[in-house]
Amino acid sequence: MTLKLGVPSKGRLMEKTFDWFAKRGVTLSRTGSDREYAGAVEGVSNMELVLLSAGEIPRELAAGRIHLGVTGTDLVQEKLPRFEQQVEELAELGFGHADLVLAVPQFWIDVDTLDDLDAAASAFRAAHGHRLRIATKYHRLVREFLTDAGVADYQLVDSQGATEGTVKNETAEMVADITSTGETLRANHLKLLGDGLVLKSQATLWRSRMAKYGTDEKAALNTLLDLLEHRR
Amino acid sequence: MTLRSDIQARAAQLRVRFEAAGAQVVDTPLLQRAGTLLDLYGEDIRARAYVTTDALRGEQMLRPDFTVPVVEAHMRHGAEPARYTYSGEVFRRQEMDPDRPNEYLQVGYEVFERDDAAAADAEVFSLFALQVRGLPLRAATGDIGILMAAVEGLNTTDKRKTALMRHIWRPRRFRSLLDRFAGRSPVPESRRKLLSTEGNLTGSAVEIGKRRAAEVQARVDALREDAKEPPIAENELLALEALMAVRETVPFATEQMRDIAVDLPQINPALDRLDARTAAMKARGVDVENLDFEASYGRTSMEYYDGFVFGFYAEARPDLPPVASGGRYDALTRQLGDGEEIPAVGGVLRPDLMLQLEEARK
Repeated sequence: MTLKLGVPSKGRLMEKTFDWFAKRGVTLSRTGSDREYAGAVEGVSNMELVLLSAGEIPRELAAGRIHLGVTGTDLVQEKLPRFEQQVEELAELGFGHADLVLAVPQFWIDVDTLDDLDAAASAFRAAHGHRLRIATKYHRLVREFLTDAGVADYQLVDSQGATEGTVKNETAEMVADITSTGETLRANHLKLLGDGLVLKSQATLWRSRMAKYGTDEKAALNTLLDLLEHRR
Repeated sequence: MTLRSDIQARAAQLRVRFEAAGAQVVDTPLLQRAGTLLDLYGEDIRARAYVTTDALRGEQMLRPDFTVPVVEAHMRHGAEPARYTYSGEVFRRQEMDPDRPNEYLQVGYEVFERDDAAAADAEVFSLFALQVRGLPLRAATGDIGILMAAVEGLNTTDKRKTALMRHIWRPRRFRSLLDRFAGRSPVPESRRKLLSTEGNLTGSAVEIGKRRAAEVQARVDALREDAKEPPIAENELLALEALMAVRETVPFATEQMRDIAVDLPQINPALDRLDARTAAMKARGVDVENLDFEASYGRTSMEYYDGFVFGFYAEARPDLPPVASGGRYDALTRQLGDGEEIPAVGGVLRPDLMLQLEEARK
């Protein structure tokens, strides 16, 4: 059997992952046409490359269908309850940096902390008859963060894309989203809350604790770990 | 392993006893309107309840408890006074602990009664104590009403008191608000700037979203007003902290709180109600001399309780949730009653845990 490595199938994340492994003596490549999600591995025998959408990788790791996977800390923590028990972090890859942050309109000069947000949410609910809406796709992480901070009178509304635009469209009053530089937020007239950093994330190599490891998989994993250790 | 049929048989038995105590059996739907629960508990309920949807009714939740539907049913067509009992499954999402069941039976007893609150509290407590008699349980009691009275009577602005009341059930935020209103925590840099400069909306930042500039300005004005107010006085603060820390048997707790009432006289009426309840409990044979009282009990997990609260815990099994718990929830009936309200007190039992503890003793 083979050791399966799940890598995001598209874009910069895939290319940078390939580069990262190449520097450590493992050549990953896409085979066949550009539309085909198949890959090849050179440098470690009995290892297989599986190309997946980054969002599916946590679930595949938890199900044990792949042994290793590259995806962001944010997605692992959002999708896997008690993630430490299901996956082990092997290496941070040093790219794909992104923070999950809370952001409010810049003109809210009265809101700069979670304390302010809570007070503003209370007043908003009284004035508008519904709770202050936060657009996000990271429901669990944001809810746990706000519960922990004791913020009340908010509601999460689902936004799977163009989240920054929801405020202008008045489908949400603020957002909780991933940002690397804050550029998109600023361009959309939003600002970060001073203490609203929910999570720091980067591309990370995870090992599934749920997958089966036979002799071949163990040998392949050890070869790979040696290579990673060596070039660090 | 406790058999499901045994748990159901025990639940039925308990319900019969509650009927014998004068309660009428009620049944409530498994699916509850999500909106009602979300309005009540906020987004936190999503972490605890299963949500489902259809195109017609929108979001619905598998009932996480009986109290809300029973109150709703009573407010719609209840006679007064009324006593209800029920038994059935409740559902709780479990994301952290795989050993906790996500579906279990509850048997409850609720009293809707305008007249003698102390007697109704005592009736409920002693009835539950009777059902769990013989099990190795510790009873804990408390009274959120005392803390609420303490906050309501503070010598500070109504705005501050409202903010504190809103977070009675969130001890951490309550603490941080208290520190801020007492001038104990440093003013954040951004706030200091906002207050020291003119800090009015200049129009340089684009106004977007449904929260309008007038609302922002109103809060800035409110913050300015608040900054002029003196901090909550040290003696009041210390008394409030002493009150929150009271943890004693009922007689000693009462004595301590009467001492604290010298600095917080506003709690005296609530303490009189506690005395009346204690007397009523004693009259029903409850050993109040050895009953525990914690002034902060029920602040974290019992969001709608606003008076007497109680729980029965397995002493040797701190990992288990309470075998029985309950309390007074007058405000909930106001919130769900559409202008109507009626004082109410009640509680629930976990037959599965009772059986589990009985088996462990054998």
